[in-house]
Amino acid sequence: MFKSVAFILKLVKFTKKGIYCIPGKFYLDPWYPVDYAVISHGHADHSRYGNKHYLCQNDSKAIIKHRLGKDISIESLGYNQPKNINRVQVSFFPAGHVIGSAQIRLEYKGYVVVFSGDYKTQPDFISTPYEPVKCHEFITESTFGLPIYKWKKEEELQAELTNWVLQNQQNNRTSVFLGYSLGKAQRIMKLIEGVDDIYVHSAINNLNNAISGAGIELPKTTLLNYDFKKAAIQNKIVILPPALLGSRMLKKIPNAATAICSGWMHIRGNRRWKGVDAGFSISDHADWDGLLAAVKATEAEKVHVTHGSQAVFSKYLNEIGIEAHELKTEFGEDEFAKDEETKTENA
Amino acid sequence: MKDFSNLISAIEITNKTNAKIDALVNYFKVVPDKDKLWLIALFTGKRPSRPVKTNLMKSWVLEITKLPEWLFLESYASVGDLGETIALLLPNPEDEIEKPLHIWIEELINLKPKTDEEKKAYVLKAWNGLQAQERLIFNKLIGGSFRIGVSKKTLVNALAKLSGIDANQLMHSIIGNWSPDSISFDDLLNGEHINYDNSKPYPFCLAYSLEKELQDLGDEKDWQLEYKWDGIRGQIIKRKEEVFIWSRGEELVTQQFPELVAAVSQLEGSFVIDGEILAIKDSAVLLFNDLQKRLNRKNVTKKLLEEVPVGLYVYDLLELDAVDLRTFSMEERRMRLEQLFNKNTSDILYLSEVIDFKNWNELDTLRNAARSFNSEGLMLKKKTSNYHVGRKKGDWWKWKVDPLTIDAVMIYAQKGSGRRSSKYTDYTFAVKNEDKLVTVAKAYSGLTDMEITEISKWVNKNAIEKFGPVRTVKAELVFEIAFEGIAYSKRHKSGVALRFPRIKRWRKDKTVKDIDTIDSVKALIEAN
Repeated sequence: MFKSVAFILKLVKFTKKGIYCIPGKFYLDPWYPVDYAVISHGHADHSRYGNKHYLCQNDSKAIIKHRLGKDISIESLGYNQPKNINRVQVSFFPAGHVIGSAQIRLEYKGYVVVFSGDYKTQPDFISTPYEPVKCHEFITESTFGLPIYKWKKEEELQAELTNWVLQNQQNNRTSVFLGYSLGKAQRIMKLIEGVDDIYVHSAINNLNNAISGAGIELPKTTLLNYDFKKAAIQNKIVILPPALLGSRMLKKIPNAATAICSGWMHIRGNRRWKGVDAGFSISDHADWDGLLAAVKATEAEKVHVTHGSQAVFSKYLNEIGIEAHELKTEFGEDEFAKDEETKTENA
Repeated sequence: MKDFSNLISAIEITNKTNAKIDALVNYFKVVPDKDKLWLIALFTGKRPSRPVKTNLMKSWVLEITKLPEWLFLESYASVGDLGETIALLLPNPEDEIEKPLHIWIEELINLKPKTDEEKKAYVLKAWNGLQAQERLIFNKLIGGSFRIGVSKKTLVNALAKLSGIDANQLMHSIIGNWSPDSISFDDLLNGEHINYDNSKPYPFCLAYSLEKELQDLGDEKDWQLEYKWDGIRGQIIKRKEEVFIWSRGEELVTQQFPELVAAVSQLEGSFVIDGEILAIKDSAVLLFNDLQKRLNRKNVTKKLLEEVPVGLYVYDLLELDAVDLRTFSMEERRMRLEQLFNKNTSDILYLSEVIDFKNWNELDTLRNAARSFNSEGLMLKKKTSNYHVGRKKGDWWKWKVDPLTIDAVMIYAQKGSGRRSSKYTDYTFAVKNEDKLVTVAKAYSGLTDMEITEISKWVNKNAIEKFGPVRTVKAELVFEIAFEGIAYSKRHKSGVALRFPRIKRWRKDKTVKDIDTIDSVKALIEAN
């Protein structure tokens, strides 16, 4: 018993470069370059440049290569398809966050640690649904770790977005959605598929191509060229990355009604802050009940709470009898503003 | 309530006044008259008194959600609005209740004398029958105010668009004495309860900032020189023994200044005068910050009247005994204004002093001295000028004192309210006092949205406390703070009070080592 406690502390450790697996000698989503990086998903704050080797879930591979370069050294695994690295068994489980997103499960001498990455417990129409994984230690995100966050069901969101587009069309307006190009954009596409023609910005189009190239079917969209014809997109649907809010391209869209899709839009102050025509509370992260359910489902003895409301969520977990600790990380907390890659593409 | 809820959503999401007006017009077109009347009442401060205490509502939420109180407060700190926090924390409704706005309000009025148990039963039933956004509205109807950026002026413009009736007349109508039970919508709009002929204002004549050399203005003798004052520009109307006070934003603010109404009523004759409403104590003009305590109050208490008495600096005479004088020259209007005041005296009405000067080069000294008695600078008015409609270049110039500035470091940050509730927008700044820091100012304005977003992120990372609405931060970010005046103050720990402080710019090039000291700040008092 005493012995096992000793190595619990040694399976992972939290370092400046990121979460490090000691016996496995690799990092999870490191924020500084390392030799071996195990990656939870393709967002820029989780899969960064400069690592010598990457390991990810199959559906993330094309996305990460698209973003970080074709020549990177990368291998991938399917969900629940274990691989041994220095006697640590590594496997991926669906995180329901974006296409290819995974929780990373580490097992060493019967002891299991799960790193959630970013996750969403509620199913959407596009990413593989989240699956709880039992473990001894659980490292969880807490982006929306307050009980005010309660997401609507995908069907309700579908009705909301559809109604908004139809209403815009009655008022002769073009519906413009702003959403992160990996994940949110594809989710919006799926939510409004069939309502009308969808035009997407090149950053989204490129990602869509990478995703479909890997054999995943996406709704039909058209590339919105920089010299688009105004008449062609009047009253249609356009999806742009959030960085283009206020851009010349957005201004060129005829009679644009703009909507931001983000979990932060759940709060009125945030909706009003951005000065758009609508704010839809659509998040790819777990809401309060989702976080709680996820933590409980792991049956973990110890929980580490990372990016977001770590102070609040870990305090609450401790109060309900789950040992929890705050963990400082450098993962982005701003679901809306982390669209780093689009800025460079448009520069 | 769906219509009202949709209206609020439409209004609060946009910052375009025209979009707000259109949303209001659309609302007025579809709802029953009683709902229209209540909407106008709510947006003009005619709200029924609160039927349920906030604390009761909070305790019911804790009971339903089984959340610890600290988590409720943490949620509140994050949302920035109590009604919204409650709406979001409650579980999804199991029922659907749809009633028009006026029924809800009437029910809430009837709820007031009921027992706590009866109130609880009613409120819980309502919460369980309304979606989050409607629930928020319901909570707002019970208590808080609708901070959604609809001024009386916006409301009036919407009513004008709907009815074709003159906006100023509508302003008088909605401000006037009425209640939703005592008047029909049409009668309210047509002003059956008021006499608009008595209150009708003129558009204000406005000045441009001086943009040329004084010498280029020509002969000194052609100009009337006055001090510029920083209060509420007002048009005071006395016709047929009725007094009205209009603000420059074309709102009727008569009820906010009872002592002015009393003083003006004492004057003989019918007239329209233009002036500045200022906080004045023992004949000295106080800071705008002081006057602010008097603004937008539903009730002006006796205590407040004594604490911050107001007076009027009179600039101009626009109408005398039913004759419109606006096409008369400034010189003639001034003459008549002086005659009017020679006939009458009052303790709180002051004629704006015309400053005697011979040469343009005297003005710089005069302007710099203005700050010492809380004047904002100088006004130059051409003696031949008419009282123009709005801003016209060339006849009236304002020449403000340059603001004073210091470099200070941010030590506390707090979230704003309304549109700003999601970001840390309200900051407290300090300067050095030997090896310690001492607070000198709070400021809310002057930064761009992008800067505020960046600072909010920084605050999240660098806050010393993790809980509660106010965050103490590392003393690291340096800002240049501009202000209009500075004086010794016993009420402030630093010993100084700044007048109208605001952020001039974020000094990313400076560190906490470069900020001012309390001594260098106090030196400004001596220098001014």
